[in-house]
Amino acid sequence: MSALLSVADITVRFGGVEAVSNVSFDVQDGELLGFIGPNGAGKTTMMRVITGLVTPTLGSVCLEDRDLGGLAVFRRVQRGLGLAQQIVRPFNSFSALDNVALAAGQRHTARPMRALFSFRRARERAKAHELLKLVGIDHVADAMPPSLPLGYRKRLELARALALGPRLLLLDEPLAGLNQTEATALADTIADLNQRGLAMILIEHNLSEVMRICPRLVVQDNGRKIGDGPAESVMSDPLVRSAYLGTGESG
Amino acid sequence: MGYEITLATSMCISVVFALSLNLITGFCGQISLGHAAFFGVGAYTAALSSQAGLAFPLDLLAAAAAAAVFGFIVGLSSLRVRHDFLAITTMGFGFLFLGVVRQQDWLGGEMGISAIPGSGLSKLGYLGFVAAVAVAVALFSAYLKRSWLGFSFAAIADDEDTARVVALDVARYKLLAFVLGTAIAGIAGGLYAHHVRFISPDSFGFVESIAVLSMVIVGGIGSVPGVVFAALVLTALPLWFQVIEDYKLLLYSALLFIMMQLCEDGIGGLMRRLMQGRRRTT
Repeated sequence: MSALLSVADITVRFGGVEAVSNVSFDVQDGELLGFIGPNGAGKTTMMRVITGLVTPTLGSVCLEDRDLGGLAVFRRVQRGLGLAQQIVRPFNSFSALDNVALAAGQRHTARPMRALFSFRRARERAKAHELLKLVGIDHVADAMPPSLPLGYRKRLELARALALGPRLLLLDEPLAGLNQTEATALADTIADLNQRGLAMILIEHNLSEVMRICPRLVVQDNGRKIGDGPAESVMSDPLVRSAYLGTGESG
Repeated sequence: MGYEITLATSMCISVVFALSLNLITGFCGQISLGHAAFFGVGAYTAALSSQAGLAFPLDLLAAAAAAAVFGFIVGLSSLRVRHDFLAITTMGFGFLFLGVVRQQDWLGGEMGISAIPGSGLSKLGYLGFVAAVAVAVALFSAYLKRSWLGFSFAAIADDEDTARVVALDVARYKLLAFVLGTAIAGIAGGLYAHHVRFISPDSFGFVESIAVLSMVIVGGIGSVPGVVFAALVLTALPLWFQVIEDYKLLLYSALLFIMMQLCEDGIGGLMRRLMQGRRRTT
């Protein structure tokens, strides 16, 4: 069976600096992969390669066997890549519901001329309401994003990404900035979505939550992949412990 | 009565012109400081094509097409630059248009083009036609705002980068906004050419670009009724009061400054807040 996402031999150089060195990994359909590493490991650069914001010097990224090379962000999203960004950026002039409804209307918005002749939004609003309920913030559907606390905006970002019906969801530090209670609750939501069959890559610094919900980890340090496998065995690898946690720490 | 008809016709042309910029700047968030150039392209195209024998209102279609071609070209620059850089680029296009027109004999140079054929309609009939076009453009704008296209435009105006993350082809949307907006500006220019029957570069300068931007800002960026109201009032005032005509640039610039400082969403936003306040109290 071929992988849902295949990252092959990615190298990224910025001038003389090699941010990512020959990194490869796969994500299988329905998998929840934790992508971790210390600060400066090149995680964000790798994610930007997958989303199309950074062009790799070498290597390729394939989603469902289709090469994503040269495709702009929106084309990758149209092909099934969902993104929830680290720094949440909702449309501040739309209600929470409309933020999600816009993403749910992808069949209308894929082409501008089709969008011109499409008018009704009831179906997309109903779907948006369902998704807000799924992530637990349907009671603030009519609120404007600037008035919502960070935890709600993180969930809104998640609902908006889900509305696109992604084959693979990239979550870039969704727990960052949340207190432990909020982080645990959101991690539970992420695990629940994965249980429903959605494949995800979770890039996260909150190691306890990553260990709790991710069966498999990929660890990157100084731009190199230093671990890939079941979470427990990866984290017990001395190289990973040394690079990620510091030698001698128990984690 | 003749003066009132002329005034009303000018006001309706301004409504069409202001709504065309509202589509680009108000709906899609792309600033343009050279919009009068597209109005001018429409006016010159309608003037030349009607002099060449193209019947009214077919020459208006030619005006729309010519303005849309230039709109597409300027729209391409909006794919590379944003915000203040786009403002400077569009302003540059406005000056480029004037510079070229002033130097071209076949466009009448500094003297402009006179004896432009009329529409064939009576003054009242022409007012009716222009008013019908203004109503049609206003209705189209209102429809567009509520369509998925308007929804997507609003998303791009809010945050272009996030719009890409929700799978919007931002480049195509922006180009469509420029093409639609400049085509309508071209129609407004064509209507203007048949209305005054004499055009010169002075009618399409930077002051006109600022004037139409003032109508959009004062009306409320993106608000169709607000922009229609502001276009009607800001066109009538200089024609009623000569002193306003003399200090037009000063007045419009002051209006822009005041609205940006005190009421960013213009008359449209003010009315919306009043309505919401009234609903809450009842």
